[in-house]
Amino acid sequence: MTDATSGGLSAAAQPKSSLLQPSRLMKKRNAAETRFKAYGIAAIVLSLATLGFMLVTIFSDGVSSFFQAKLSFPVELTARTLDPKGNRDRADMVKITTLGYNKVLAVAFEKELAARGIAIEGQSAKDVVEMISKDAAGSLRATVLANPSLVGSTLDATVLATGRIDGYLKGRVTMQTAERDSNVTPAQLQLADKLREAGMLTSSFNWGFLTMPDASDQRPEAAGLGVAILGSAYMMLLVLVTCVPVGVAASIYLEEFAPKNFWTDAIEVNISNLAAVPSIVFGILGLAIFINFAGMPNSSTLVGALVLSLMTLPTIIIATRSAIKAVPPSIRDAALGIGASKMQSVFHHVLPLAMPGILTGTILGLASALGETAPLLLIGMVAFVDNYPAAPMEGFLDPATALPVQVYGWAQRADPAFIERSSGAIIVLLVFLVAMNVLAILLRRRFERRW
Amino acid sequence: MTVLFLLIVVAVLAGAAFVLCRQRVMASVQGDPKLLHSLPMYYGWNGTIMVLLPALGGLVLWLLIQPMVIEGRIAAALPPDMMAAGGSMDLVMSDVRRVAGGLDVAVSTGAMTAQQAATISTESANIRDTLAAVGVALGADVSPAVLSAAQDYRVMTAWGMMGRTILTVLLALGGLIYAVMITNRDFRARNRVEAAVKGLLIAASSIAVLTTVGIVYSMLTETLNFFAQYPFQGFFFSLTWSPNFRGDSELGILPLIWGTLYITLISMLVSVPIGLYAAIYLAEYASKSVRAWVKPLIEVIAGIPTVVFGLFALVTVGPMLRDYFAEPLGWGDSGSSVMTAGLVIGILNIPFISSLSDDIINSVPQSLRDGSLGLGATRSETIRQVVLPAALPGIVGACLMAASRAIGETMIVVMGAGAAAKLSLNPFEAMTTMTVKIVGQLTGDTDFAAPETLVAFALGMTLFVITLALNIVALLIVRKYREQYD
Repeated sequence: MTDATSGGLSAAAQPKSSLLQPSRLMKKRNAAETRFKAYGIAAIVLSLATLGFMLVTIFSDGVSSFFQAKLSFPVELTARTLDPKGNRDRADMVKITTLGYNKVLAVAFEKELAARGIAIEGQSAKDVVEMISKDAAGSLRATVLANPSLVGSTLDATVLATGRIDGYLKGRVTMQTAERDSNVTPAQLQLADKLREAGMLTSSFNWGFLTMPDASDQRPEAAGLGVAILGSAYMMLLVLVTCVPVGVAASIYLEEFAPKNFWTDAIEVNISNLAAVPSIVFGILGLAIFINFAGMPNSSTLVGALVLSLMTLPTIIIATRSAIKAVPPSIRDAALGIGASKMQSVFHHVLPLAMPGILTGTILGLASALGETAPLLLIGMVAFVDNYPAAPMEGFLDPATALPVQVYGWAQRADPAFIERSSGAIIVLLVFLVAMNVLAILLRRRFERRW
Repeated sequence: MTVLFLLIVVAVLAGAAFVLCRQRVMASVQGDPKLLHSLPMYYGWNGTIMVLLPALGGLVLWLLIQPMVIEGRIAAALPPDMMAAGGSMDLVMSDVRRVAGGLDVAVSTGAMTAQQAATISTESANIRDTLAAVGVALGADVSPAVLSAAQDYRVMTAWGMMGRTILTVLLALGGLIYAVMITNRDFRARNRVEAAVKGLLIAASSIAVLTTVGIVYSMLTETLNFFAQYPFQGFFFSLTWSPNFRGDSELGILPLIWGTLYITLISMLVSVPIGLYAAIYLAEYASKSVRAWVKPLIEVIAGIPTVVFGLFALVTVGPMLRDYFAEPLGWGDSGSSVMTAGLVIGILNIPFISSLSDDIINSVPQSLRDGSLGLGATRSETIRQVVLPAALPGIVGACLMAASRAIGETMIVVMGAGAAAKLSLNPFEAMTTMTVKIVGQLTGDTDFAAPETLVAFALGMTLFVITLALNIVALLIVRKYREQYD
């Protein structure tokens, strides 16, 4: 009673307010509400914009690495230089080094320029010839040695131009930068323009980027991802065959058989901790145990795959366990009820039903292993490798490199042409990752089952 | 017999065991499987397991023990002055192995007969030239002691190979015979097979523990090696990091810890507000369709390899910060800086914080929100005063996990933070972290006896302990929080 009167009095003392007319306090509160919501939207927009910006810069830097400037001109393979004994015997011709082929290329290039009437203004012949990549002689030599009968004939050769000329076609090198650059002169770039008009210098799709091995610092135009793609493929294969069976077996045990005891608890705690250990620590483990203790070869795909397997194991175990957990107990009860053993109920019923989930988790685990770099640096995969690893079994012990490591390796080089290559390698890596993720999503959509 | 061939032999025997055991048990019931204890297949599998288990176990043991035994005996036979005169045991042993390998090659290419290889001596021939002719390069001339050791090594290896083959085949055959003998209609084959499978499952699940043991063991031994050569106080309390190969390196961890923590701090300043606001918006405001699109898009960030972020830091963020902030403000002219690495790690951690916080916010009971809204609070007031306090322990846990990821992050700091170990407050200066130095000290030509290399293991151990501690604390906080509502 007293409460009601006192309430009434104080209400009367307050200034009049209406629900339809927001008070100043209410306006403030509503403004705070709007601001708060705006912060949320801003956070999302900011993070997505950063993601977009990053991908756009990398793609715009990298797409050009899929195109490459090439010079095409007829090369007369003079027998006098390339096969001085004149017997077309491969064993004798091997003695001619790339120096000899360089001479042949230089002569042919100058001859073609003269034939087309392209004037070389104010440049030495050496400058002109230097527009051809240092890689050209090597590849010409390989062609000739593969087929000695070519000697004496005239070959319509298409060879790489140097990285600077390539950069000029792509807009990375300009007249201004050329003046300050010791590797290219503005006169060379002017000549490049003329060659382009004459159709001798063209830019075409660069298959070599996907197939060729890495190249030295001076030849960015010849560097390719062949060894890295092969190395990554080997490692993924090995991770698949070592990690998946172990991971699935471990999950089955922990989910279906493990009694609640100290050992099981230790395993559980271990797995969740391993998932949080920095990846570089796995690299240290690989270096100390697999290379120094077990004496496995440095930078081999086998060691890389073992390290990545240990790293991926927790991911696969966690995914598999949740897939097994999602199979309802009624399935197990039904199997046990008609006389199956525990093992049979698991292997004949639970596991097939959990398979799509396991597969999805496996693909995602592999995708994260494919992008991992740090542990591979420690086991020596960043070394310069320009030989393809051999076919599987022995090839697993050969030194190789991996896609993300190649990205890092090229990013460390001085020549800006390698940054383009590095971004290009990321595009290749992201294409693989997107493909794997799409596959995982499709699998989930196709086989997902609601119980 | 090579190991591969041996494995094929064992596999063939295992296949034979399957067929034999199955046939025998079927014969014992005149082809009526209803009279058997288990399905016929189980009898076959039992046979296979009985062949594989002892044979492969024996083979693996032999492969592990043989090199130790042989090297022990060779080492005992070598004259003791060799150790004193020429370096360590390992070097001499690797010489012996290389010469023995060279002799093997020489025999297999036909440059030497087996007889010659066993009896050749340094007086009668120049071993180095002979081996160079077949493509085996030796560093120095072969001393008589090493040559005779190498010859002994070859003999023992040959014996070892023979012993290995005999042992493995005998074990496989023994297993086969035993399996066939015990196979009869009342034999409980299924139980036996299932026990073996269960053993396999237990072994697989123990690999996780073995990995942890391996990590701790490998880092601990090398760390102890390091502290045997370098004082404990110098590592933990020195303010300078300047390794060199003159022998007076200063390897203080403090500048590295400072760099690591500074970068982590900046990354948290980026990722926590953005991640948290994103999570709040997605959990409390976003419509279902917005959520269905935006949440996976943000998680795309988490799927991008860190080396991509590293390149982004190196090529885009670093120069941008330098040109628009550091140089105009006169704070430095370095492209790689604490700020660069911190910002990019912050971006990397956004999806991590946002999806963890999203889950936690969603698990706050709806009744709390309804109560607050019913009292007249606006949505943002509800979130700030009711939902977030209730979710706080979980969010703190998520932040700690994100911090541990930032501390252990490698590629972004290697490419974006620089390599100079400095104690400075300027965020636009290049500094370095523990992970950068681990990579730096362990790549390239490394000498595993020098403290400059071994320090990487001590750094790794420190990193491991810090991240583990952070994760355990985070886990405890999250667990405690869960108990309140479940």
